Amino acid sequence: MGDSNKGAVDRREFLKGIAAGAVTGATQGTVHTQDTQDHDHDHQDVPSDLALRVKALESLLVEKGLVDSAALDGLIDTMEHKVGPRNGARVVARAWVDPAYKKRLLEDAPAAIAELGYSSGQGDHMVVVENGPKVHNLIVCTLCSCYPWPVLGLPPVWYKSAPYRSRAVIDPRGILREFGTTLPDEVEVRVWDSTAELRYLVLPERPSGTERMSEEQLAALVTRDAMVGVAKVTLPPSGGRT
Amino acid sequence: MNGVHDMGGQQGMGPVRYEKDEPVFHAGWEGRIYALNRAMRAWRRWSLDTDRHALETMSPLDYLRMSYYERWVHRLEEQLVSYGFVTGDELQSGKPAPGSVRATPVFTLATASRWLNRGIASSHEPAVRPLFKVGQRVRARNINPTGHTRLPRYARGRAGVVMRDHGVYLFPDTNAHFQGEKRQHVYSVRFTARELWGDRASERDSVYIDMWDDYLERL
Repeated sequence: MGDSNKGAVDRREFLKGIAAGAVTGATQGTVHTQDTQDHDHDHQDVPSDLALRVKALESLLVEKGLVDSAALDGLIDTMEHKVGPRNGARVVARAWVDPAYKKRLLEDAPAAIAELGYSSGQGDHMVVVENGPKVHNLIVCTLCSCYPWPVLGLPPVWYKSAPYRSRAVIDPRGILREFGTTLPDEVEVRVWDSTAELRYLVLPERPSGTERMSEEQLAALVTRDAMVGVAKVTLPPSGGRT
Repeated sequence: MNGVHDMGGQQGMGPVRYEKDEPVFHAGWEGRIYALNRAMRAWRRWSLDTDRHALETMSPLDYLRMSYYERWVHRLEEQLVSYGFVTGDELQSGKPAPGSVRATPVFTLATASRWLNRGIASSHEPAVRPLFKVGQRVRARNINPTGHTRLPRYARGRAGVVMRDHGVYLFPDTNAHFQGEKRQHVYSVRFTARELWGDRASERDSVYIDMWDDYLERL
């Protein structure tokens, strides 16, 4: 998202704009910290320019000894390979098969999630909210992009986008319909706006027909979308997004 | 501040665009800028609250036009100059100024776990007394601070009920501006959809918003 309305600008003009902004920052010293900022340089950069810009920034910070490239690799590797919705799915599946665990999860989510080896990287506290036949929960962060990293990883683009952030609180049922989830009027919708350092995870309803499934098989059914609350967990033949 | 970032309840933003099998990062530079932001924050010259506010003070046109990680590029460049890590000349040339002192990274692979597990102040602080009780009816204050705040506009002036006391957290409105941590209780407050959006909203639905003591008043 966000790429469609980017006009390509002449690369020299773009770099000139960056340089002008940087020099202004250096000579005045405060231009970047004031509430009202002077945005005279053009930000309609094309992606290749951004790649170059970030590469130059990293090499500058490495040369100055401010960052360590291996540590950056480690942070990226963690997000790409170690943290993600599979973690959350394991938490949900455990709660489905183990009532005592579910009770702990709903009462003290950080401790129960830590039992499975997942801990927060942000210094935030997890809260788990349970869906049922009469209650459906939906998670949003209207002010920025707060999301339960330890159990879901980094949020997808749509979660951080203006359409989702603006509408989830005023039209949650409309959002749910767009995701293919139509709720009867008698179901209560609870939207959780993550305005503080609490991070929410939806414990979806266990679908019927899964009584004989193992914990592992159940975990494979649980999607990121169901744990954000925009979808329900369904059995494979009826489809479902991942 | 009443910025464009405060999106709850805005209309006309269009449908949610869903990408199937979305990758964690869409390009290499997105991962790099994500990691650079985290590694530089480990220097603790600024806080998460400061970082959030830096996005809020972007030009609204830039905020809406840029992709998520593009904003992070913009923000990190600004923060680095503002807090004296690099000069504008260095940013422009991509090279350290001659004779500049080489630092030692705070965030390395060896120390990563320490930084990743750094906690916020414990949410259990018996010395900080809660001003409100679970079950109490409250009203979100009608305030319009020009600095950072986590009290969304759509809740201001609205009445709700305290559902849960989350414990003690730093107050973002002051912490973002280096004006103190002002530790206080945060509560989950339930607002009915009708209280927030009027009679045409569902009579059953509600929004739960996390609120600091300073955002609330008694009803």
